[in-house]
Amino acid sequence: MTASPPAFELSPTEQAQLAALRRGDENAFRELVAEYHGAMVRIAQMFVDDRDIAEQVAQEAWLGVLRGLERFQGRSSLKTWLFTIVSNLAKTRGKREKRTIPFSFFALRKLENYDQDTDEPAVPENRFRDAKDLYAGHWAMKPVPWEVDPERVALNSELMKYLEAAVEMLPEQQRIVITLRDIQGWTAEEVCNALGIAETNQRVLLHRARSKVRRAMEEYLQ
Amino acid sequence: MTNELTCQELVELVTDYFENALTETERARVEQHLASCDGCDTYVEQMRETIETLGKLQEKDVSAEAQEKLLTVFRDWRLETGE
Ligand SMILES: [Zn+2]
Repeated sequence: MTASPPAFELSPTEQAQLAALRRGDENAFRELVAEYHGAMVRIAQMFVDDRDIAEQVAQEAWLGVLRGLERFQGRSSLKTWLFTIVSNLAKTRGKREKRTIPFSFFALRKLENYDQDTDEPAVPENRFRDAKDLYAGHWAMKPVPWEVDPERVALNSELMKYLEAAVEMLPEQQRIVITLRDIQGWTAEEVCNALGIAETNQRVLLHRARSKVRRAMEEYLQ
Repeated sequence: MTNELTCQELVELVTDYFENALTETERARVEQHLASCDGCDTYVEQMRETIETLGKLQEKDVSAEAQEKLLTVFRDWRLETGE
């Protein structure tokens, strides 16, 4: 046990992926593309309107990734690095096209610990009255009803893109669980079986993920 | 019911509530709270709307065309690095 703050370390999976890429292993590259390309296109779409341009930007980003492999020092996860490269490229491209970005990928960064897998409350505690208050634990800042028409929400492509990015930014396990449950429509049992996790664990991951996505929606809609 | 839920406790029970994972007593406490707290009622409604909206997203696969292009990028890069 050391007292120093934990330095970031790549997960064993990412270390193996990185080593394979550096060796020029085509299968490792294919796997990474299958895992992240869709997400990278979606991130690019936060900054550029056109789906084809977003696709192009994501492809350019992969070239940037390959060329940057030697320099990559593993101070962030491989995934975060990929997403940073694509969002930087897309931002530049977006500016060239003089598009204003209403809600960037980085808006989500303002939500504290959004991409961290920590044991945190569903709602930040400053939203509630503190212990000195007669009504301790009750809302200090109540949520305000959203004026979204559920029938029309899917037509709001900007909100849908934002929501996609909000899911992508979640820590991995939370992202997988919420994607399978709420986007793909799997049952809890199917998710537990596929991932080999216990029911309670599945529910905790789902709860954290949904609570964060609600916060992201609130940030967007307010 | 002597031990009333606070709002801060309620927001942590929403998923268990939706997933029918609460005991009958807990469920009654949640419903009792919701009946008299508009903040929590809005919160639970927003969680429902979040889930409903997520259901309208669709996972996209990488197109065969994109995959081909990326493999070309990869192979060119490998040549470039002089393997
Ligand atoms: Zn309440």
